[in-house]
Amino acid sequence: MNSLSKLQLLGILGFFIAIFGIVPVAIEALGRNDLYFTLTSVGLLAIASAGVWLTFYIGRINIGQGAFALLGAYVSAILVTKFDISFWFSLPVAGLFAAVVAILIGLPILRLRGVYFAMITLVLTQVFTLTALALPITNGAKGITSIPLPGALSVFGITLIPDFSTLQNPRQAFYFATGVLLVLTFAAMYRLVNSRLGHLCRSMQQNEELASSIGVNVPYIRVVIYAISSFFGGIGGAMFGSIAQSVYPSSFQVVDSVNFMLNCFLGGLGYVFGPMLGTLVLYFGWDLLFEFGKYQLLIYSSLLIILMLVLPNGLLSLRLPKRKGNS
Amino acid sequence: MEQILANGIYLGSQYAMIALGLTLIFALMNVLNFAHGQMYVLGGFVTYTIYGQLGFPFLTGLAMSCLTLFLLGALIERFLFAPVIRRSSREESTMLLAAGLAFFFDAVILLLFGEKQRGVPKIMDGVFNWDFRLIMPYDRILICVLAIVATVSFILFMQYSKTGRALRALAQDRVAAQLMGVNVEHYSMIGFALGAMLAGLVGGLLVTITGINLGMGGPTSIKAFMMVMIGGAGVISGAIAGGIILGFLEAIGLSVLSQYGDITYLLIFVSLMIFLAIRPQGLMGKPWG
Repeated sequence: MNSLSKLQLLGILGFFIAIFGIVPVAIEALGRNDLYFTLTSVGLLAIASAGVWLTFYIGRINIGQGAFALLGAYVSAILVTKFDISFWFSLPVAGLFAAVVAILIGLPILRLRGVYFAMITLVLTQVFTLTALALPITNGAKGITSIPLPGALSVFGITLIPDFSTLQNPRQAFYFATGVLLVLTFAAMYRLVNSRLGHLCRSMQQNEELASSIGVNVPYIRVVIYAISSFFGGIGGAMFGSIAQSVYPSSFQVVDSVNFMLNCFLGGLGYVFGPMLGTLVLYFGWDLLFEFGKYQLLIYSSLLIILMLVLPNGLLSLRLPKRKGNS
Repeated sequence: MEQILANGIYLGSQYAMIALGLTLIFALMNVLNFAHGQMYVLGGFVTYTIYGQLGFPFLTGLAMSCLTLFLLGALIERFLFAPVIRRSSREESTMLLAAGLAFFFDAVILLLFGEKQRGVPKIMDGVFNWDFRLIMPYDRILICVLAIVATVSFILFMQYSKTGRALRALAQDRVAAQLMGVNVEHYSMIGFALGAMLAGLVGGLLVTITGINLGMGGPTSIKAFMMVMIGGAGVISGAIAGGIILGFLEAIGLSVLSQYGDITYLLIFVSLMIFLAIRPQGLMGKPWG
């Protein structure tokens, strides 16, 4: 972190100004309040995708992030509606719960590699959806609806976060909250990747046997990384549930899990900020194509295929030397 | 009991063929074909058009399904997968391509055939009834027999034909096969096309019984993944075993657990995860694929 170059600092500063300054001003000027919701979704999906990216970083293809996003959303929703716990407290709990579940599930399934791991995580998403349908506490297919907006958060009488339901524009509040979360997530990711743990992950990505032969505790690290990855998934999902004020078993499905993975691929697997860019491009690409009506999916998928043909290593591989490190 | 067994054989024979196509593509190219379920749906719609709409004989429809998917598979391999595999720095990038293709097929099917459930006239009337212990419509028996015949001929083809030998060599070791003079690019294309063709064939067979709709693609892919995982990825016998096992599990689950609601699949998924924790490479797979 202390070895940031001037250019990188400038980039980070620019990113801050962009998401907390330029975007709100631009939205006010355009009068497009709905954009807040779109951008918030992008931010949250990017957080979940960051988790997927992290599992890619240890050489595992993770198509199961939807499962943990769903889990996080349910944990937070149940805590808020059934136990009357503040959303801001339920958010980390949801993340931690997802992480604990990830450790329990990860211990056996992280022994799998390559396509096997990809397929089992895909199945995992399906398992969580079916479990949500079957369990009584999740209220089956009806889901949990009318979740209250996040309440106020105050420490020693100082209000840190105002009650969202009293605000004029809760969407804007969600946007800022997500912006903060996004910055925290990617700062953590950047720190992680450039730490000792990050180096160990890279060694595992290249060759697990070799890594373990030079003394890397491979089973331990991969479980830790998977737990962190699922933590992000849980946080993203919990926040999403709070914005939508409802959670259904179909909130996060196999398609969403696949999309999380695509975000990472599209942004580029070699770059920390890849998932953010990938999510932004995929989400906005899909939205922009809306005016093509029934040809939306056709054009979208054709563009994906063409993009893959032209840039098989992700969008950020376009300008590798310049973009490394900033947003 | 007899009924459950018969249902199991019927489901298993269909599933085995879907899994065969997926595992063939995986063994040859190391590509996880997300679009497999969509290829199956496409095959079903071709038969629906030829047999159900235009009124040609059923076998013509089936043949057209195979032919269409074979050509489609060949083109996809040649112009999409081969270049991406060549240029990408990570093998997994093909997964994005496969997922993109799955979306693409969904879009094409949506535009051409719409979202509605489509069915075709029964190919055979009547119901086989053995003392009310085993009841099976004749068309199901016919489809089941056709599927078994197709599977057996596929295995014979892989065992004894020159193409089959080349494909098996390719699956075993790509470089070694190339050194022995196998035209790797050519046979990769044929292999992919054959895998797609199998998906199309099952689609064509099953459209006569369950009908076909747009939404069947994704779940079919997931089922195919499960079968491949049970049996072991990239192994033909494994795919068949996986298909039959899943078919039986589903048949037994649906009849025994029907009063508990829709938990058959939940149980199957959970037991699959436990099974894979004990034996990660599946029944017959090579360790670590």
